[in-house]
This record gives sequence, structure tokens and C-alpha cells, in this order.
Amino acid sequence: MSAILQLEHLKKHYATQKAVDDISFSIEQGSIFGLLGPNGAGKTTLLRMITGIFYPDSGSILFDGRPFHPEEDIIRIGYMPEERGLYKKMKIGEHALYLAQLKGLSRSEAMEKIRFWFKRLEMESWWNKKVEDLSKGMSQKLQFVTTVLHEPKLIILDEPFSGLDPVNANLIKDEIYGLAQRGSTIIFSTHRMEQVEEICDHIVLVNLGKKILDGTVGNIKQQFKENKFSIKLSELPAVIQSESFTVEERKDHELIVKISPNHRSNDVLQHFLQQQIIIESFHEILPSLNEIFIGLVEGTSATTRAFQQPS
Amino acid sequence: MNKILIIIQREYLSRVKNKRFLLTTILTPLLMVLFFVGATYFAIQGKEDHKIAVVDQNGFFKGNLENTTHILFEFPEAVDTTNYIQKGYTDILLIPEFKGTEKINYIIRSKKRIGLTTEEAISRKIDEAIEDKMLQDAGIQRAQLDSIREKSQFAELKSLEEQGDTAQESNAALSYGIGFGSGMLIYITMFIYGAMVMRGVMEEKTNRIAEVMVSSVKPFQLMLGKIIGIGAVGLTQFLMWIILVVGLMAAAQFLIPHEVLDQVNTLKQYNGQIPAGGMMQAGDTAQNIYKIQHTMSTANWPLIIGCFIFYFLGGYLFYASLFAAVGSVVNEDPQDAQSLMMPITMPIIFSFIIMTNAVQNPGTPIATWASIIPFSSPMVMMARIAYGVPGTVAYWELIVSMLSLVGGFLLTTWLSAKIYRTGILMYGKKVSWKEMGKWAFRKN
Repeated sequence: MSAILQLEHLKKHYATQKAVDDISFSIEQGSIFGLLGPNGAGKTTLLRMITGIFYPDSGSILFDGRPFHPEEDIIRIGYMPEERGLYKKMKIGEHALYLAQLKGLSRSEAMEKIRFWFKRLEMESWWNKKVEDLSKGMSQKLQFVTTVLHEPKLIILDEPFSGLDPVNANLIKDEIYGLAQRGSTIIFSTHRMEQVEEICDHIVLVNLGKKILDGTVGNIKQQFKENKFSIKLSELPAVIQSESFTVEERKDHELIVKISPNHRSNDVLQHFLQQQIIIESFHEILPSLNEIFIGLVEGTSATTRAFQQPS
Repeated sequence: MNKILIIIQREYLSRVKNKRFLLTTILTPLLMVLFFVGATYFAIQGKEDHKIAVVDQNGFFKGNLENTTHILFEFPEAVDTTNYIQKGYTDILLIPEFKGTEKINYIIRSKKRIGLTTEEAISRKIDEAIEDKMLQDAGIQRAQLDSIREKSQFAELKSLEEQGDTAQESNAALSYGIGFGSGMLIYITMFIYGAMVMRGVMEEKTNRIAEVMVSSVKPFQLMLGKIIGIGAVGLTQFLMWIILVVGLMAAAQFLIPHEVLDQVNTLKQYNGQIPAGGMMQAGDTAQNIYKIQHTMSTANWPLIIGCFIFYFLGGYLFYASLFAAVGSVVNEDPQDAQSLMMPITMPIIFSFIIMTNAVQNPGTPIATWASIIPFSSPMVMMARIAYGVPGTVAYWELIVSMLSLVGGFLLTTWLSAKIYRTGILMYGKKVSWKEMGKWAFRKN
């Protein structure tokens, strides 16, 4: 598979801080990519460079193998920013039409696609309603539609589920999968780790403007595993002494153990087998992305969200 | 380019389709007429009745002080400042004895404070009475003087302005009216539409739609689209007003009796002077209508209307982008907008003050310079143009003024666009003028 987006040594400095400091990564076509980081890590600045709102101070962006030209490539990108809104006094149908035309669609094309998406997400009856009459969840749905309407190759969603109830969140999630299957690439920016684990194939973690993690969700978990296992036994012996592992936690029938260096999981099993204790279950505990995230970010002085002006 | 058109279309239609637009467009002139009618009515009707007891030391004013509908002079015995209210008088006028020609003070004491017009009327009556006395002393009757004054009114001053080979008749009062009216109109609309641009930008920012928009269009396109769209709304409003006025004037023509119109036409034929002994003599109404029409025809309307549209648009574009820049840096708090607007509203108000002066003295150096500098030229030049081109305003002045206004708004738009671009995506931070200046003059 080829990369739809390649960032090479991107840098963007504001007056007082380096918002994006030498970040490189690439995103495969058709993948769901997670861009993670605490508040103020530089995610939004990075996304604004990818969408052509900001120009990088240095470094290059390759879009679909060619240098990125915001003017022409903008129609192939759909961006739903975290700070998003709509014109309150406009009618919903007209609003969708307006945004689609600004993306470069002709009026008739835009109408056709809006009808398709409104039908799909059961929004047909909204056409003549005013935006100000929509609930927060409803306007989120409208914003999602206007982002993907023009069938962009690259879809960038910044916190797409905030404000959505579980039913609508699932609806949108299914649409995201569907879009990815039909060949769109999705960049998903969030600090909600459980969503990332569920949806993303590949993630990049940024903090203080630097990339600190890059890989698939599975690989990263392997990389950060602490050799912890959970073991359930029919009865717990009073004293557990072994040089192959240490007990981290004990509940009534369950132990959390950490395997010592140069030992393997089988050594744990062997220890209990020798004692004739019945093993009910045994499995590895992989760290959640949340734990990895907190472990990496904690202690660094993540700056506040305040936007800094470009210098 | 196409995208700017889509933005202009939305900005324009969303405002013009609004019922409030139609309502304010029609109601504003009506309210203004009502205001003037009301003000005039109250000025006439608002007078109080005064019954004044006159205590005259000279014994001369009795019979010479003329009563008016609201002011009644009486000369009762044994009335003084202590008892005039009990005797049913509202005021008491104390006239001391004359001593030669030196200045003396008349004193009027009253129950309630006397209004300005009443005070002037009383003062005038006293002056007239003194004048009468002096005339009588010199052997002239008042009635004689009045009839001489009336007969002497045959001379009328017509002023002509040099225009190349011919001289164009001009009318100072009309020029003043046009100059002040159009300057005032530009002043008001600059505030109305400038504030509309600012509110529009603030709405985009507080609604958080700005970032959605700039992911599809350039910030510059968004700003320019809004400014042009709202400017078109302003032009539409003027057009509707012109149609309204022309329509009302046409309707008024039907109210004038046919024979009066005939007389007016005859007057026109003879240039205002119907030869004595002619078939038709013009009545007072026809004379007045002819005078108004004749006076109006002395102004160069195509030039004035053309310049008005140019200076309205130029002035609007010059200031609208500045208003847009301010709107883009304001956060939720409208009070920030107030203080940030100050440096923009000050030159507008200052230009208005210069304009009110220039409309009386269109030739002074300050008026000339202010009509060339783009900060003030839209208002001040309109005040001067009414007095005639190329008489009062030389062609070179007009051309330099227009060019510098075009240059000026290109400059403000360019600088504002840079502020706007940064400001519109910035939340939660108060921006100072110093920072805005830094953004405006930043390279790239």
C-alpha cells in the first residue's frame, strides 16, 4: 500500500514556543490513523498544516505522492476541526449546500450528495429547519455530513464524538469504517484512548511538539508490556515464593504477577503445577493505551491550550 | 474567485431576504420625516402663555408693546415683585428709567423659567418699541417704514460660478444642504455597515465556524466576501431609498392642481419673469414651485450622485476592513469590541467635525487637505463637491482624492487581512493593538 500523506521534518514555531518541532510520519491509504496527544501538544497546529490553513516554517508535506498544494488539494480533504460551528440563522439544507459549494462542488452535484447523505443518516426532514433549532448531537451529525460530503480521499476528524449520544456515536463510527473500506483515509485526533484502541490501525503520539510514539496499536502494546500476567487458581497458597516472578496483587482466587527478567510465562505455570494447584485461567495483561499515554506524558510540562501566534 | 462569489451571495441574500431589512429600509426615512415634523410641531405648539405685568419707569411703553398670541403685556397699577403672582401674572417686567443712550438692564422675573424662544420674543418686542420711539422722535412713522421695506424687496442676488467659458448659476443654501446631507449620510452608513461587518466576523468567530470555513477558502476570501456582500446590501438600501423618494415626488405631482402646473411651465419658458400684461399670471404657489425647481436645477446632480456612490463605496471599503480586523480579534466579550473600535471611530468622528466646517467654508486649506486624505476624504469631499467642480474643487484635487482613497482601501484591506487571518483562529486571549500591529506588518 502507498502512503497518502507523508510528513517530513515539519516545523512550526510560535513566538514563545515550538508548536511542532521536527515531526515526520506517513499515513497509509485506506487506514484509520490516530493522532494522539495531550492538550497543547501541537495536534491542532499539525492538522492545520495538513489542511493548508497554516504553512509550515520548514519541512515538507507530500499528499498522494506529490508536494501538497492547498489550493488544488483542498477538495480532496475533509476537515472537521475541534472548534467547529455553523451559521445559526441558516437553514440546514442551505447550509450543507453552501459548505459543499465552497469545497468546489457544483450546485447540482452538491444537491445530489446532500440528499444521499441526509437519507442515509435519517436527516431528510431537517432540510428547512434552522441550525439554531438543532440539538448539539444533531449539529454534530450535520457537521460530519458536510465534512465527508464531497467524498474526500483524506478525512480529518478532530474529536468527532464529543457531544454525541452512544446511539449516534455508533452510527458515526460505522460510517467512518465504511468510508475507510471505500478507500478514504481517516485521521482521527483525540485524547479519548478507548476510542482509539477500538478504531485506529496506526497511531502517533505527540507531546510538546515532538513525536514520541509511532506504530500500530498491537505493536505499541507489545512494546510497552510489562510482562504482567493474571492467573486464576482454585486456591491460593499462603506463601508464594519463586525467583521466576513476583506477586503484584492478590485477590481471593486471582493473582497478578510480574515475570522476572530472564524468565518466561511457562515458569509461572510450572511453579503452580509443581504444587498441584489447579489453574483456572492464565493470560497476559497488556497495558491500555491510556496507561501508556499517561506514563509517557506525565511529568513533562504539557503546556496549556492557549493558542500562540505564529512568529 | 468563484468561491468569493458564493460567499458574497450568502452574505448578501441572508441579509436582504431578512424581513427586518425591508422594514428598516422603509421605516428609516419615514421615521426621519416623522422626527422633523414632530420636532417642528413641538417647537411651534410647545409655547406657554405668558401674562406679563410691565412696570415702566418711563411711562412710554404702554400702548407700544405689541401683544402676541402667547405673550400678553399689561400695565397694571400697584403691582410689584412681591405681589404679581397673587394678581394673576406669570411674569413681571421691570423697565428702569432711560439715562441717555447708555446700556441699561431690563429685568424680567417669573414664576417659572422662561423658554429661549419666549425670551427672544419679549426682547424683540422691547427693541421694536424702542425703535418705534426713536423713529417717531426722528419724524418717521412705523407704517411708512414698513411699506418702504416691502417695496424695496425687488432685488434678488444670483451668484454665478465660473465654468470655463460660461458661468453656472449656483445656490449656496442648496450646496450646503447637499454637502451636509451626503456627508451625514456617509457618516451614518459608515458606522452602520462597518458595525455590521464587525458583528458578522464576531459571529463567525464565536460560533466557531471560522476554522471550518478556512479549511475550504482562504481567510482573505472569507473577509472580502463578507465586506463586498454587506456593501452590496448598503447599495441596495440606497437604491430603494432613491426609488422611494422619486416615487413620492411623482405622487406629489398629482396633488398639484393642473392650472398651477401650467403656470409653472409658463414661468419656465420665460425664465421666471412673465412679461407684464401677458395672458397668464402666476400665483404664489406656482412661483414657489418654480423657485424650488429652479434652485434644484442649479446643482450638478449626475456628478454629485456619481461621486456620492464612489465615496460611499470607497469610504466603506476603507473602514470596513478595519472593522473586520477588530471583529476578528474580539473574544466573546463585547466590551473588548468597544475599546478596540475606538481608534477606528475616532477618525470617523473627527472627519465629521471637519465636514461640518468644510460645508460652510469649502475653500479652507484644512478642508482641502481633509478631502484628499483617505481617512476623511469620503465625508469632506462630498461636502465640497456640492459647491461645484471645477470651481471650488479643482479637477486635480478630485482625481488625487479618488486615487488616494482607492490606494487607501487597498492598503487597509491588505493590512487587515493579515490581522484577520491570525485573529479569527485565536481564542481565549486578549489582543492588544500592539500585537495587531505586529501581525499586520509581519512579512508573508
